[in-house]
Amino acid sequence: MTTDLDIAVLGVGMHPWGKWGRNFVEYGVVAAQAALADAQVDWRDVQLVCGADTMRNGYPGYVAGATFAKALGWQGAQVSSSYAACASGVTALATARAQILAGLVDVAMVIGADTTPKGFLAPNAGERGDDPDWLRFRLLGATNPTYFGLYARRRMELFGATQDDFAAVKVKNAKHGFENPNARFRKEVTLEDVNASPVVSDPLRLLEICATSDGAAAMIVCSMDYAKAHGIADPVRVTGVSTVTPSFPNTLIDLPNFSTDSAYGVPLPDHGYRESIALAAYEQAGLGPEDLDLAEVYDLSTALELDWCEAIGLCKEGEAEKLVRDGETTIGGRVPVNPSGGLACFGEAVPAQAIAQVCEVTWHLRGQAGARQVEGARVGLTINQGLFGHGSCVIVRK
Amino acid sequence: MKTKVPAVDGWFTMAEEPALLASRGAETGSYFFPKNLAFSRNPAAPTEELAEVELSRRGRVWSWTTNHYQPPSPYVAPDPFVPYTVLAVELVEEQMIVLGPLVADADPETLSVGTEVELTLGTLYEDDDHEYVVWQWKPVVA
Repeated sequence: MTTDLDIAVLGVGMHPWGKWGRNFVEYGVVAAQAALADAQVDWRDVQLVCGADTMRNGYPGYVAGATFAKALGWQGAQVSSSYAACASGVTALATARAQILAGLVDVAMVIGADTTPKGFLAPNAGERGDDPDWLRFRLLGATNPTYFGLYARRRMELFGATQDDFAAVKVKNAKHGFENPNARFRKEVTLEDVNASPVVSDPLRLLEICATSDGAAAMIVCSMDYAKAHGIADPVRVTGVSTVTPSFPNTLIDLPNFSTDSAYGVPLPDHGYRESIALAAYEQAGLGPEDLDLAEVYDLSTALELDWCEAIGLCKEGEAEKLVRDGETTIGGRVPVNPSGGLACFGEAVPAQAIAQVCEVTWHLRGQAGARQVEGARVGLTINQGLFGHGSCVIVRK
Repeated sequence: MKTKVPAVDGWFTMAEEPALLASRGAETGSYFFPKNLAFSRNPAAPTEELAEVELSRRGRVWSWTTNHYQPPSPYVAPDPFVPYTVLAVELVEEQMIVLGPLVADADPETLSVGTEVELTLGTLYEDDDHEYVVWQWKPVVA
């Protein structure tokens, strides 16, 4: 196992998720200050700020790194800003990690925050006939839940999944998030509640599709030497970070595309895109699915959590329904999935979400997750995917 | 009589038997939809020549979903809103999946993975003078 690719997580912090109606910068500052306090690092000692961008808050959102560096008080740190849709937070983390491992900086802040509009995420305004994200809404009404519905229906047809199997994921995640102070939706739900909610994109119902939220998350990461000098001999470590793109031909019909790649005349890649995202991180960490104690996966829909469970290797394709039914992904089970409550309880705050996943795993590895603690957790994985081909997977270990 | 015009230029033919327009690599045979004649996205032949081709008019259902909520703009929804079904269709020859709406008069309850469908054109929205059409998938009745 290689440990020379490790960086230390010195501090994590969030602003609670919700619909607070304030500027995203305010949330980010709260999360940043929480992470700094947790790390016991003075802001003026942070040498690099890696911001994850938001597209819905004007120019300050496009230059999130500088926006937060200014809000916290200019102190001359290096800066970068990343956009990778839902994967933005991990793209920012990957930048911080690379600079730390290269020895260019010792300590960095990774930060993302968002204020989101109500309802479906819509494309940017204007007549933009050369933007596939605009055209999918215009020509097909292919909202994000449309793609989630396609994946869910496919599981029903191929693997015999039922709507109750999907609803069980929501019931589990609602139970997990019930006592999470950073979660937006903290209410236990029953199968009946889920099945009584209106259908959005058949077979998925309103309670099975993640909302959009305001929220912020931040991390202070540093070199292993800096952590030691800071008096932390055995910190939680980031040991694998994957931001891989698909390999041609990508045969998964993916947001916001009208088609998959054509596999005509070319061999298929060894692994599908989702699997390849996890494999790259496992490879860096020298770990595998059998080493995981918990995972935070991107449950944009209930059924998509099942796809992710298979992609990260918790079970074979078509067996994730059974995994949930057997309680293996519930806290107390073999590998709890989304102990935070997941997107089901948070709703998505795009640039903050991938960072929030890593914050959650960090709390579990430190034994600080309170009522939702996964006992004895030593290795955790976070995974998501940003539209247009952005992989995002982080492996964190004690 | 309103004039029928494509809702997007150059993506499909307006013939009686319409077809989606793609590009195809001269060396690799890879298909690309929507059509792109400027560059090949097959990494084995980035500089190959590309030509416009019509995609197969028939395919098999990979999956489908019916949307019961009105999408945001730029979707132009009828008033009152009518739920609509989006199909993912597997083209056998091209070995690719292409999205498209189900024709309005077909019942999604009759679909399953593997159902054969054929390309047709249908109205997406109208203004005073024009009927804007888009490609749609229609189940093939044996």
